[in-house]
Amino acid sequence: MVFSSRLFLRCVLVVLALLLALPVLTVLFSWAQWNAASASILTEMASTVLPDYVGTSLLLCALVSVGVISMGTVSAAAVTLFDFPMRRSLEWALLLPLAMPAYVVAYAYTDYLQFSGPLQTGIRAAFGLEGRVFPEVRNVWGAACVFTLALYPYVYLLARTALSERANHLMEAARLLGAPLSRRIMRVALPLARPAIAAGTALALMETLADFGVSSYFGIQTFTAGIYKAWLVMDNRIAAAQLATLLLIVVVALLAAEQRAQSRLRFSSARADRHSSESQPLKLQGLSAAFVWTLCVLPVLCGFVLPVLFMVRALLQGDGVVDLPWDRFMQWSLTSLSLGGMTALLAVGAALLLAAQARLHPNWLTRQAMGVVSLGYAVPGAVIVVGLLLPVGWVQATWPQSGVGFWLTATVLGLVWAYLVRFVAVALQSVQSGYARVPASLDDSARMLGTSGFSLVRRVHWPLLKKPLAAATLLVLVDVMKELPATLVLRPFNTDTLAVMAYQLARDERLGEAALPSLALVLVGLLPVILLSRTLRRS
Amino acid sequence: MRRTLTVLSLAVSALSAGLFSASALADEPVINLYSARHYPTDEALYSDFTKATGIKINRVDSDDAGIIARLKAEGTASPADVILLVDAARLWKGEVDGMFLPVKSKTLETAVPSQLRSKPTDDGGTAWFGLSTRARVVVYDKLKVKRDDVDTYEELADPKNKGKLCIRSGSHPYNLSLFGAMTEHLGPAATETWLKGMVDNMARAPKGGDTDQIKAVASGECGIAVTNTYYLARLMRSTNPADKAVAERVGVVFPNQQSWGTHVNVAGGAVARYSKNQANAVKFLEYLVSPEAQNHFANGNNEWPVVKGLKLDNAALKAMTGGNFKSELVPISAVGMNQIKVQQMLDRVGFK
Repeated sequence: MVFSSRLFLRCVLVVLALLLALPVLTVLFSWAQWNAASASILTEMASTVLPDYVGTSLLLCALVSVGVISMGTVSAAAVTLFDFPMRRSLEWALLLPLAMPAYVVAYAYTDYLQFSGPLQTGIRAAFGLEGRVFPEVRNVWGAACVFTLALYPYVYLLARTALSERANHLMEAARLLGAPLSRRIMRVALPLARPAIAAGTALALMETLADFGVSSYFGIQTFTAGIYKAWLVMDNRIAAAQLATLLLIVVVALLAAEQRAQSRLRFSSARADRHSSESQPLKLQGLSAAFVWTLCVLPVLCGFVLPVLFMVRALLQGDGVVDLPWDRFMQWSLTSLSLGGMTALLAVGAALLLAAQARLHPNWLTRQAMGVVSLGYAVPGAVIVVGLLLPVGWVQATWPQSGVGFWLTATVLGLVWAYLVRFVAVALQSVQSGYARVPASLDDSARMLGTSGFSLVRRVHWPLLKKPLAAATLLVLVDVMKELPATLVLRPFNTDTLAVMAYQLARDERLGEAALPSLALVLVGLLPVILLSRTLRRS
Repeated sequence: MRRTLTVLSLAVSALSAGLFSASALADEPVINLYSARHYPTDEALYSDFTKATGIKINRVDSDDAGIIARLKAEGTASPADVILLVDAARLWKGEVDGMFLPVKSKTLETAVPSQLRSKPTDDGGTAWFGLSTRARVVVYDKLKVKRDDVDTYEELADPKNKGKLCIRSGSHPYNLSLFGAMTEHLGPAATETWLKGMVDNMARAPKGGDTDQIKAVASGECGIAVTNTYYLARLMRSTNPADKAVAERVGVVFPNQQSWGTHVNVAGGAVARYSKNQANAVKFLEYLVSPEAQNHFANGNNEWPVVKGLKLDNAALKAMTGGNFKSELVPISAVGMNQIKVQQMLDRVGFK
């Protein structure tokens, strides 16, 4: 009985991994289809633009890493370890930028700050100046700022979860042993949070590498821009897929580095859920309180409040708002929420299944399954679409009566599939980093007491994993609501989402009108952010 | 936590049931439309058609490449009946890839000039029809640049315009089609030199959309820019004083009026290869060349109608041209075939 259920779980695991890996496998398979046309395109690109793409992508990744690690870690450490005015509000407010798609942040800042924007025009008029008042926003540095502001919540959320679970009493112990504050942070809090920081950074970097919206709007030549160019302009899907495999190599390296960082650390604690009265956050006053307060307010201000204000301004000044079908906003919001919710539940379920299998039966099969599934997140949405459509197209052409082509696009099946390919990795990162903090000794004790397999997961892991699972649900839900390339191509008839409407209006250069669905997207995105933030605090 | 998840899953299952049923295709007269047009003003166009004919429109808006990829995967199972694309080269590509079902319609053949539709197939059918055109023009800073310095596309690369040019990414379909047409006029070698000259003349690296380029000229960041006419017309007709000020500061030139004419791009429609509602699909395309629909393209989205002899009721378009302009007659297939060549030239000369 035990054997057959284990075999069944393995089969489920293999099928799940294959389904989620299909686009990646299609991309890898592109090398088997090497032909003269794709070879000539790749050779030509290699001698002209590829080195530039690689350099720009690497620089962008380096800048975004520095940005999200510092911003995410500092804010997470501040709200967890210290007590200062407005700490409770800032604790959830720091998550707000999560509701803002990076491309909306980019539109908002550019519109306001560029040479022809209101700020520079106003300054020139006020002081009788000519020319540029401050540097161009739309370059690699500007893009790094946008990504940092939009993506630091990944690091913040995971690091906060890690720290709030057990940092306080260890910090307290260190204090009683006489360690000064700086040493307590460096030697206790940060090492505890390191796997979570690494996981959050990996997510942010994968998102950065897969981005097309910000880089195309800023005119920066990233590797993804090259993939899109090969696919859309050169009309060569093979060359695009071959380029995408190079991107995959970088991501594999990223994931490997992150896993190595995790394996070197002993981050689990047997006293994980112990709370005591003496482990309260350190109360700050005066200048130090003001300093920490500022550190926490800045990300919220720059990543959420200012872009929202800029968009509201664009909305008020733009015309044509009255033409928008207000009554359809509710439908767009509901569609966005339901697609996000459905995918989030499925993704978290799949991630838990994978992570639990890896925990209970760590073998070659589960490692490979996890590895392949993790890759999906870094594959640009459009490549996932190609990776899904190519094999489905082949099946449809071979067995025309099967109608798989119809099911893929005339229902939400194809879309949810594409979302899962992309976002199960997000859930997996969060669940894995949660698992990493559940000591293996608990499993051993449970087994000695006669609990194993599914029962072990339900009775021992589940209670300890609630927070990471809630965080994973939130991340996937909001990510799906912001997703664009797959939604644009694979959604069924009459199924518009807020992200699609915001993007289409912005692409048509109607920023005033795009502001409305963008703001609605932010508002709808806020609901799960607030809901889950409260849940995280309570549980 | 558990309660939250329960509520969430209940809500999701209720909503997802709605999503699945929404995609079920009913028996009522219907067309399934894949459209690369994404203008909110087109809503009126679709609802007017439904009102006039009783045919309901199911619609997915996407970009050209996404639509083509989707059609290829769906194959014979594709539910699509009508496809609307917004770039001539992409229409040509759709035709070459066999995405379209050639149709015979006297109404469409009479309304759409022959250079704005595909060449007839062996049995006399037409694969796609142009529905509106967009002119790619030059705007300039009336205070700093002389009109005569920018009255041809060639002059965009002239050293006299050094440090003045703003333009969106060379890889954007609007630019690729313009450069593809220039390759027909100048030949590949001269076109590459021309592209290099433009790179040397740039005031800033290519970024943003066409409206950004116009605003950059109006604010003094650059002296000249390339844009499609409807972006300028939209600023001219805006009720926002800041937009109006932008439009007033810039002058507009329809280039090459003395030679081959101004480059125009085409937005067009076709019946999908495996359409199951062919009669309705043709009816829809015929509706799109009717006077009221053509007027909608002109007034709602500031495009040029393809049907000749319509009274243009758009003050901005009239103000730009004084009523008429000479447009180039490069075969659309040639523009489409030049795309890859053009992109490689852009990469070589560093045109981003």
